[in-house]
Amino acid sequence: MVDLSVKIGAITLQNPVQPASGAFSWEYNDVIDLNRLGALVAKTICREPRLGNPTPRMAETEAGIIQSIGLPGKGIDYFIAHIVPEYAKFTPPLVVSCSSESIEDFAALAEELSVPDVDVIEANISCPTRNATGGNFAMHETYTRDCITAMRARTKKPLWVKLSPNAGDIVSIAKAAEDAGADALVIANTFLSLKIRTDNFRPALGNKFGGLVSPALKPIVLRMVYQVAKQVKIPIIGIGGVTKAEDVVEYMLAGATAVGIGYAGFRNPTALITIIDDLEAWCDERGIKKVTELIGAVRDQDMETDTLVAASEGV
Amino acid sequence: MPADPNANYTNSALRFGDVDPYPQRLVGEFIGTVVSNHWVNDEYKHVILKVHPQALKAYAGQMFHLLCPSPDGAEVWMRRPMSVYRVDKDAGHVEFLYKCEGRGTRGMSMLAPGDDFNITGPLGHGFKLDLSWRYIVVLGRGVGLATLAPLSQLAAENKVGVTAILSARNPGVVMSKDLFEGLGAKTITVFDSDGSSTVENVGKILEDLIAEKKADAFFTCGSNRLLTLMQRLGKKHDIPGQVAMEQIMVCGFGACYVCMRTFEAGGQRVLRRVCRDGPVFNMQEAVGW
Repeated sequence: MVDLSVKIGAITLQNPVQPASGAFSWEYNDVIDLNRLGALVAKTICREPRLGNPTPRMAETEAGIIQSIGLPGKGIDYFIAHIVPEYAKFTPPLVVSCSSESIEDFAALAEELSVPDVDVIEANISCPTRNATGGNFAMHETYTRDCITAMRARTKKPLWVKLSPNAGDIVSIAKAAEDAGADALVIANTFLSLKIRTDNFRPALGNKFGGLVSPALKPIVLRMVYQVAKQVKIPIIGIGGVTKAEDVVEYMLAGATAVGIGYAGFRNPTALITIIDDLEAWCDERGIKKVTELIGAVRDQDMETDTLVAASEGV
Repeated sequence: MPADPNANYTNSALRFGDVDPYPQRLVGEFIGTVVSNHWVNDEYKHVILKVHPQALKAYAGQMFHLLCPSPDGAEVWMRRPMSVYRVDKDAGHVEFLYKCEGRGTRGMSMLAPGDDFNITGPLGHGFKLDLSWRYIVVLGRGVGLATLAPLSQLAAENKVGVTAILSARNPGVVMSKDLFEGLGAKTITVFDSDGSSTVENVGKILEDLIAEKKADAFFTCGSNRLLTLMQRLGKKHDIPGQVAMEQIMVCGFGACYVCMRTFEAGGQRVLRRVCRDGPVFNMQEAVGW
């Protein structure tokens, strides 16, 4: 039987399937066995208690949903005292996502979140509805480097950096994060989007803009993972449009070590467990002994392509 | 038969007869089999599903999150939350009463006997019945009555008397009268067409019930106007109440914070998740919409 375990820096995941931050909480234990997941990923926490954005916070579009939640939460003190212990009841490593509007506070959060039951700190520097100079630092190489350098100086915990698909050149931003000391890259966050209602001419979301969540993101994010993987040495967690085991395989072939899943778990709350089971069966059917064999194994050097004949008949 | 919305998606939903690999679960993803799906009147349909026994734990006021088939060939991306209309434990059925209005419910209306229907639940906190109550009053309008119907069943099982005030546009579209009466409830129907559904008249009916000591608790769903009325009279006469609320919902488990509504508790305005903190809330804490 295939060994599904993967290593991300010093952390070993029992399999490469984890929820995406914001799409998950320990409350999913009501429906699935959380101990089967590769990791547990908490909703992004901020220093201050936040109510979040006005409703509606979600709208359906032709090609997925757009949502803008606004990072609601009870603040970091409540989180460490009450939420971390909820996750500590389960065995997979806990990834804690955090966000702020300033680099100084991001660094302070990294230090304060470095408590025993937190295994990984995920720097959510890519919340799409935050300002590029006020928290959505992954829009720029320099901000990314400064923010991750500052966080790195304040924590010894593994530091994963969540990048933005909305940046122009994600490869240079990924390299900046790596240079600044990131242990892994999370690619990517949601795509900044807008829906306008034609019945009342108003934006469909209370916050106007939202992030697109959809299986349609997969080919775009897969391309980003592929491009970044060619240029960095640290592991990548691919997030965008995974709905089945073959999608996990595809991300791993492109160079990801693990994947995060959001939408599929909303649509089918048992999806993550089934994807893990299906991935195991997929590997076993092909005699793959270790799932890590798939990482970066895309055959892009010996592509079989048709040779075009210049003077084809009838052209 | 509408296209299976699950064809391209991964899940391990339980069908009737499946062995549950995670039997300690509180909530399940189920594939029910449609037994029947018929029109109740021009706007509403009633669907009956044969389900895995784990789904029969649902009680009054709880919801299922429904993965509706597409009515138009385009994707329906999110589930639709719906409170359970009836649980028939003997037959192994879960039932829903719904208004064919949006894309999700229009897709549901196309379900035929034998079709699969993926539902997740039971979700949330439903109605709580205090066994010291002797008589309760339920007041509903439109599809809100579907939410209140199983409460009547719960009350009947616990020997608590029910007066159901059913509000509708006209006598032709009043629903669930037979269901409430079959459960031993006294029903009072009020209509827009003859002016009896006004807040003033419904208020008078409630005042009369209070005077007759037939109102130990109030329950409502589906109308902001009727919620406000019950809140006012509940406060005046110190009668406890519960209200079932709706909101656009994504995950159903309390994880995504999409389905927030405002409440007033302890002098403060607070946001609560309809899916997990509700959908049934203390009536006096609800803020109308």
